[in-house]
Amino acid sequence: MTETIIWTVAVITVLGLVLSLVLYLVAKRFKVEEDPRIDLVEKAMPGANCGGCGFAGCRAFAEAAVKAPNLDNNYCPVGGNDTMSKVAEILGYEVKAKAPEVAVVRCNGSCAARPRINNYDGYASCKVKAALYSGDTGCSYGCLGCGDCVEACQFGAIHMDAETGLPVVDQDKCTACGACAKACPKNIIELRPKGPRGMREFVSCVNKDKGPVAKKACASACIGCGICLRTCTHGAIEFHDNIAYIDVSKCKLCRECEAVCPTGAIHGVNFPKPLDKEAVKERIKLRQQKKEDKKDE
Amino acid sequence: MSKRTFSIGGVHPHDNKISRECALEQLPLAPKVYIQLSQHIGAPAKPVVAVGDKVKVGQPIAEPGGFVSAFIHSSVSGTVKAIGPVKDLAGNSQMCVEIEVEGDEWADGIDTTPTLVTEIPADNKAIIEKIRLGGVVGLGGATFPTHVKLSPPPGSTCERVIINGCECEPYLTSDFRTLLEKGEQVVVGAAILRQVMGNVPCTIAIEENKPEAIAHIREVIARLGYQGIEVMSMKMRYPQGGEKQLIDAVMRRQVGSGALPISVGAVVQNVATALAVYEAVQKNKPVVDNSVTVTGECFPRQANLIVRVGTPLKYIIDYLGGVPADAVKVISGGPMMGRAVANLDAPTLKGTSALLFLTEKQTKRAPASACIRCGKCADACPMGLEPFLLNRLAKASDMEALENNAVQDCIECGCCLYSCPANIPLLDNIRIAKGQVLGAIRARAAAAQAKK
Repeated sequence: MTETIIWTVAVITVLGLVLSLVLYLVAKRFKVEEDPRIDLVEKAMPGANCGGCGFAGCRAFAEAAVKAPNLDNNYCPVGGNDTMSKVAEILGYEVKAKAPEVAVVRCNGSCAARPRINNYDGYASCKVKAALYSGDTGCSYGCLGCGDCVEACQFGAIHMDAETGLPVVDQDKCTACGACAKACPKNIIELRPKGPRGMREFVSCVNKDKGPVAKKACASACIGCGICLRTCTHGAIEFHDNIAYIDVSKCKLCRECEAVCPTGAIHGVNFPKPLDKEAVKERIKLRQQKKEDKKDE
Repeated sequence: MSKRTFSIGGVHPHDNKISRECALEQLPLAPKVYIQLSQHIGAPAKPVVAVGDKVKVGQPIAEPGGFVSAFIHSSVSGTVKAIGPVKDLAGNSQMCVEIEVEGDEWADGIDTTPTLVTEIPADNKAIIEKIRLGGVVGLGGATFPTHVKLSPPPGSTCERVIINGCECEPYLTSDFRTLLEKGEQVVVGAAILRQVMGNVPCTIAIEENKPEAIAHIREVIARLGYQGIEVMSMKMRYPQGGEKQLIDAVMRRQVGSGALPISVGAVVQNVATALAVYEAVQKNKPVVDNSVTVTGECFPRQANLIVRVGTPLKYIIDYLGGVPADAVKVISGGPMMGRAVANLDAPTLKGTSALLFLTEKQTKRAPASACIRCGKCADACPMGLEPFLLNRLAKASDMEALENNAVQDCIECGCCLYSCPANIPLLDNIRIAKGQVLGAIRARAAAAQAKK
């Protein structure tokens, strides 16, 4: 009995030693030379493998970043500037700081504002629904409400609001990886800079129909009246296809456009005080009065 | 019992031809029609009329926007009120010519008498030109311009013309009624098509659930004394009316992946197209109307109507007594391949074949569960594809694998969805993938072109 145990242990030990020697020699002989910085960069990454940077995962990003001559085309939106400065340190590159972004849902056609005109009883997927027809409301541009964006989000940052039927982005959890924007067949979701202390102003509508058509389909649609364009003193408002768009780089967050918008399609978020529309309108009126007075003189 | 049918796949839904006894009837003119400029496969037509113009029935209002495109004619006489976007039955905006109807005056040269003209002109080129000018497109549903189909690329020869009278979709009866009531015209149309393709033999394929039509057409051929036209009775099976399936059933030849029917020497035309060809060539009458079946178990006033192109669906339904209270879904086309109508104000098109009303019980879709690997979808697929695999690849967006597994060959017949015991939306996912792969193929072709 004892002898068997001794023999077994001895054979296995010798076998182990011989095989480890073989493995050691093979590892030495066939070693693949790899840039050690790839591992370092990968370690510095968030490790979410979300694909937000445009690469298949964090490892693929690291390999591309090490090979690239600079970091202009490689940016991890999830890790943001902190991660990128670490990566830059490892690789000895310089990195341009980017303003942190957040996913913004540009549709405010809630169930109340945008009445359903037919019932969709097909498969609950926005992609399928968009391929079949224009949707169960009169608006053929707005949110279809089946939640493809919710499914696409790996960070649990989007949920559907049962009352409005629209997706809501949790801005603390959102990493701006852009998966929801890609999943949305109507291209409603846009990545926009978070803004100072999260304050931002945007047009929450993508309806390109002419005013009366858009208004009939949805009470809170952008009707392309252009009053925001005429009010804005910073030139931040662009106008294409009957739809207003706020250029973040020019917007000074004065909230005048939001106050004058007749349908409430322009949204401002995270402002410390609620918007006093009447006061802002008064201010605009005074300014225009002054202008006219000057003209008269 | 006839044994002719296609060799792989297919399903056998109940045929439900409940409107088969309803004779064709003319729908009165609507007060306004909306004629869509894109009613065919290919480039949309370009309008040649302006707002305020007076038009007559059969007057061209739009010309082809390319080689694969078709003329569009006014289906009524009246004044052009607007040219602009109108929502189609899926709710998407489409360019339409809106015409307010005043009287019913036909354009010069159109023979509106019912006399049968059996003498066929000898000049084939002139016949094809007449078909082109008549705006004839495949009225079986695909609406492919007929003159393009009749001009095969050089080097290919046609060996047989097949007239598709299968009408394999459940509920539809408009082709059946056309065969019964306008059989003579269809046979002359078939004789014209046969002559254009070089006096090749012609087969009129009719499924065996329409024995009256088979007997009637056989009698008509014998009476008119045309040679080379035969009637073939087909075993009932869906999708027998699919072009490639019908060629397989009639000629026992398989059209390769991505190839055209002419590659195996076949040209397939629908019964309604044969009628349109007769009218365009013998009567100078362009496509201004088509027959539409209005049916459904819950719809009391079933009918087979002859409807002017561009008539609002709502007008047709109101004429027949309005939407029944228990109908929850209206489908344009048959129950297998038709599309749910989201907008009843939408106008009909040349290819509109039916309006089908379904109750909640009939439309209810059970929730999808997991695939149980039973393989029924692969058995049912008439194109020999593997829908379960394509569905999985579509979910993973694996474009390369989808293309290698011939997703482009899918004819969207819905047999996979019909046979799936787990109610997986196979066709919904495959259809989207098909569109994406087509986009990728086109982008690749464009890139290759740019390199040159």
